[in-house]
Amino acid sequence: MTLEPGTGPDGVPTEPATPVAEPITPRDLIVSASPHVHAGQDVPWIMRQVLLALLPGLLAGLWFFGLGALRVLVLAVAGCLACEWACARLVKRPATLRDYSAVVTGVLLAMNLPSGSPWWLVLIGSVVAIGLGKAVYGGLGYNPFNPALVARVFLLISFPVQMTTWVVPQGPGTALDAATGATPLGAIKEAVGLGRTVAEAGAPGLRDLLLGNVGGSFGEVSALALLLGGLWLLWRGVIRWQVPVAFMAATALVTGVAHLADPAHYASPLVHLLGGGLMLGAWFMATDMVTSPVTRRGLLIFGAGCGLLTAVIRLWGGYPEGVSFAILLMNAATPLIDRWTRPRVFGEARRLYREADAA
Amino acid sequence: MAGMGRTFAQGIWKENPVFRLLLGMCPTLAVSTSVQNGLGMGLATTFVLVCSNVMISALRNFIPRQVRIPGYVVVIASFVTVVDLVMHAYFFELHRSLGLFIPLIVVNCIILGRAEAFAGRNGVAVSLADGLGMGLGFTLGLSVLGSVREVLGSGSILGYPLFGPGYPPMLVMILPPGAFLTLGLLLAGMNRLEERRAIRAGEKYEPPREMDCGSCVLCKPLASLSPAPPAAQKSRNSSE
Repeated sequence: MTLEPGTGPDGVPTEPATPVAEPITPRDLIVSASPHVHAGQDVPWIMRQVLLALLPGLLAGLWFFGLGALRVLVLAVAGCLACEWACARLVKRPATLRDYSAVVTGVLLAMNLPSGSPWWLVLIGSVVAIGLGKAVYGGLGYNPFNPALVARVFLLISFPVQMTTWVVPQGPGTALDAATGATPLGAIKEAVGLGRTVAEAGAPGLRDLLLGNVGGSFGEVSALALLLGGLWLLWRGVIRWQVPVAFMAATALVTGVAHLADPAHYASPLVHLLGGGLMLGAWFMATDMVTSPVTRRGLLIFGAGCGLLTAVIRLWGGYPEGVSFAILLMNAATPLIDRWTRPRVFGEARRLYREADAA
Repeated sequence: MAGMGRTFAQGIWKENPVFRLLLGMCPTLAVSTSVQNGLGMGLATTFVLVCSNVMISALRNFIPRQVRIPGYVVVIASFVTVVDLVMHAYFFELHRSLGLFIPLIVVNCIILGRAEAFAGRNGVAVSLADGLGMGLGFTLGLSVLGSVREVLGSGSILGYPLFGPGYPPMLVMILPPGAFLTLGLLLAGMNRLEERRAIRAGEKYEPPREMDCGSCVLCKPLASLSPAPPAAQKSRNSSE
């Protein structure tokens, strides 16, 4: 019996050197004796930086929504870790719990849920995020879509009532069965839908939007805290500026033009930048390095597309919030953007490259 | 007779149109929102498939090769009209919930596919077995898909509620994304079973080609897609 390369002794194709099995440490990559300098970045390091950066937004959410938010957070992280372990068991690969990626997914998922979410909603979300968002594609690094957003959209479509029952923030003492109310964007959408003006919607002021004293998913409310975390990621070199800047600029541009044309029915671009999940999405979820393009030009296109779609959905769509849909749609477009913005090899003629592309 | 039995069984499992051939995806994904819809659609398709297979097999020596496809379509369309009118008369509710997808059986690729690949080349009896096997395999696929989606998406089976009123239905499962999710996971499970069976039998397992990641256009390098054959270019250069 002749064995083909990549074929095990029992004729079953062997796993292609399971890339998710052992995280490659920078030390493995050193090939010569020269004194090389490297950044020391690996998956656990990046994930720890993201967790650190999420901390301000997380604390703000916990401050405003109290115990309910803490419960959602613990459930989501535990659910994601358990599902990650179970999926690894199912395909007989070593579980990659220690690289913090499942923790980050869990935290992001929790931050995308209302703080009053029932326990089963959070657990279904965790299973969808890790199972359908990541594991079915082959694990971390192979997922075309952001796992936490896959779960959020899945839950939003499946359980629209539970996913839009927003708790009114009442400080750390917020009870588990707290009062509910609308999000600022929801209130504006409803008022405009009823033919009233934005001013009559009674949406909270910019100061509350900035600090986070508004209704919403528990981790998205405080624009200022999220911005701080995002800037930290930028400073640490984990993310690049193109996506968040293009994202926010495109949203501001579209909502700004609409606001200038008809201020009575379109809220100011500041409300759109600070309200809803825009800061969380632009800094933490659109910037996911697995699901966003590689080149700088690609990142700009990606970010601008996210911003444009967000603004269009918010202003003219059926949902008051469009960040998660926008990012997922652009995730789907990422391979195309990568192909489109493939840099020219040095010395390659421009025209020939285009011909090859057209063919 | 043994050949008929094998042909019949092939359509149910080994060449199941939904799970193995991935044919007729449009009705599969669209109407499998409940067991009842899946069963109704599957049986209607089975009827058309059996009748058209028999008729086409009987006529195969009379239909000129050049115009066989229009010939098949006329035969298939006639039986679809029969099904459409009968269901409209006797199963009005089902007819209404399946809607446009009943007349669309005409363009179901399983039916034309079996006509072209099997009935047009084989005898009447074995074509009947093939139509029955393929049709019931299709019905099986749709019912399995429909039951998963109905249980999760409406919390019921065949319209009977399974869980208490406190059960929040997972709406996405009866919406289009649910069809893709369910089918994808079922296919993964089928492949796993097939792989395990092959290992036990000591055979070499090869996943279906169209499910292989490498067949996706997006992952292929640009060069492999370009149709310009380098040989032709070279010959032009050498002639200059």
